[in-house]
Amino acid sequence: MAKHIVAPLKDFPPDTRKLVEINGRQIAVFNVKGEFHALGNKCPHESGLLIHGQLVGLVESKMPGEYKYSRKGEMIKCPWHGWEFDLRTGRAQCDPARIRVRRYETTVVQGGDIDPDNPPKAAEVFAVRVEDDYVVVEV
Amino acid sequence: MTTSTIQAVDCDVHPTVPSMHTLLPYLDEFWRETVIERDILSLESISYPPNAPVTARPDFKTKGGRAGLDAPEVGSHVFDKWQSSIAILNCLYGIQLVFNEDMALAFARALNDWVAKEWLDRDPRLRASIVVPLQNVEHAVDEIERCAKDKRFVQILVLCMGETPLGRRQFWPVYAAAERHGLPLGIHAGSAYRYPVTSLGWPSYYVEDYAAQSLGFQSQLASLVCEGVYVKFPNLKTVLLESGVTWLPAFVWRLSKFWRGVRAEIPWIDRSPNEIVRDHFRLTIQPLDAPDDPNVVARIIEHFQSDDMLLYASDYPHWQFDGEAPMPPGIPSRLHRKILVDNPLATYPRLGL
Repeated sequence: MAKHIVAPLKDFPPDTRKLVEINGRQIAVFNVKGEFHALGNKCPHESGLLIHGQLVGLVESKMPGEYKYSRKGEMIKCPWHGWEFDLRTGRAQCDPARIRVRRYETTVVQGGDIDPDNPPKAAEVFAVRVEDDYVVVEV
Repeated sequence: MTTSTIQAVDCDVHPTVPSMHTLLPYLDEFWRETVIERDILSLESISYPPNAPVTARPDFKTKGGRAGLDAPEVGSHVFDKWQSSIAILNCLYGIQLVFNEDMALAFARALNDWVAKEWLDRDPRLRASIVVPLQNVEHAVDEIERCAKDKRFVQILVLCMGETPLGRRQFWPVYAAAERHGLPLGIHAGSAYRYPVTSLGWPSYYVEDYAAQSLGFQSQLASLVCEGVYVKFPNLKTVLLESGVTWLPAFVWRLSKFWRGVRAEIPWIDRSPNEIVRDHFRLTIQPLDAPDDPNVVARIIEHFQSDDMLLYASDYPHWQFDGEAPMPPGIPSRLHRKILVDNPLATYPRLGL
């Protein structure tokens, strides 16, 4: 596991998303109400790109006509065929036991905590400032 | 009769109502006079025109070119020749086509009483489906409650094509009653002719009408699954009668595939429609709609991913097969006992009562 800087926190506000490529692998990173989630960008169905999908809530039901809505914005819907993936687990809502997309841990680190001799790799080149925070994904 | 002595359960046999006058003794005075005064002679529907080849196999025909007119005649085929131990009567008479809902109830009651007295009382090996007048849901429930007291009624019977898709909640009291009494929902080919038998409009020819039935069954299956009937009624089984068989895996594959992307629309469906269909749907094997090649048939059967879904039926007197074997050629022999006995007994709990 290696840490990679996605972006400075100030450049990654709530309700935005960023696509990063790490070791040749595309990772879609979402800021949902200040919480970061990272998933592999390719839908396991037909490789639709999740970064272009719509974030929706989770709708569940025990009985026809009942709609239990929760976790607004925590499911990413593949833009191609609408399969929903849980940002917290990567699992597909239609078949959670068998279908999932790779999920990555995210953290926010302070610039001062970054070792200047061994910094996390960054998707883009930018100067690390001690006074800033950075969104980091572990790959 | 015990389970081990049962040779076969014929799950789709059609008694023929000789004429509307046959039902007169089973109608109350008002409806009896109505039938006579209006000269209502018959309720034959164009789903099975009396002279259409499918309606009666030529060598089954007896009096007046018709077939299946009384219990001994039916028994000589299904029990004597084909060695079934039990046969389930599904009476197809145009009750469902009547617009007047009171008349529909009166005719349904008469038909069910006629079946009980003229058929079930005459041969203890016969069972029957309750013909329900879905024109009025309260009437349908009343008729189920009335007939369910007689344990020889083992199923409720509706037509493939009615006024509204069968999954809709307006019909749920009917399914509640069916589930309560251990009666599967039997859906038989046929239409109430409220709409064209295709969603494109009226076809010109009978062959189109008959072939289109399997499309009606597809839509009913989708409606029953998607509306959540089996979530609400987890013990309800549905039997597709004379629906054809081989269309099902491909259609359910399609339904399940598209469900994955739009499942949030029907969140009560929290597992693949494919699994729900395997748990709740059964089909009678005549017609199978497959070539005779045993390899082809075996492959198609494999696509069901279940050995529990097929039920033996001759579809007597309808002309679905030639020769003397209602079991379609090519059905793997390892499945015969399941199809002939085990699956019917598991589907119809009241057969064991």
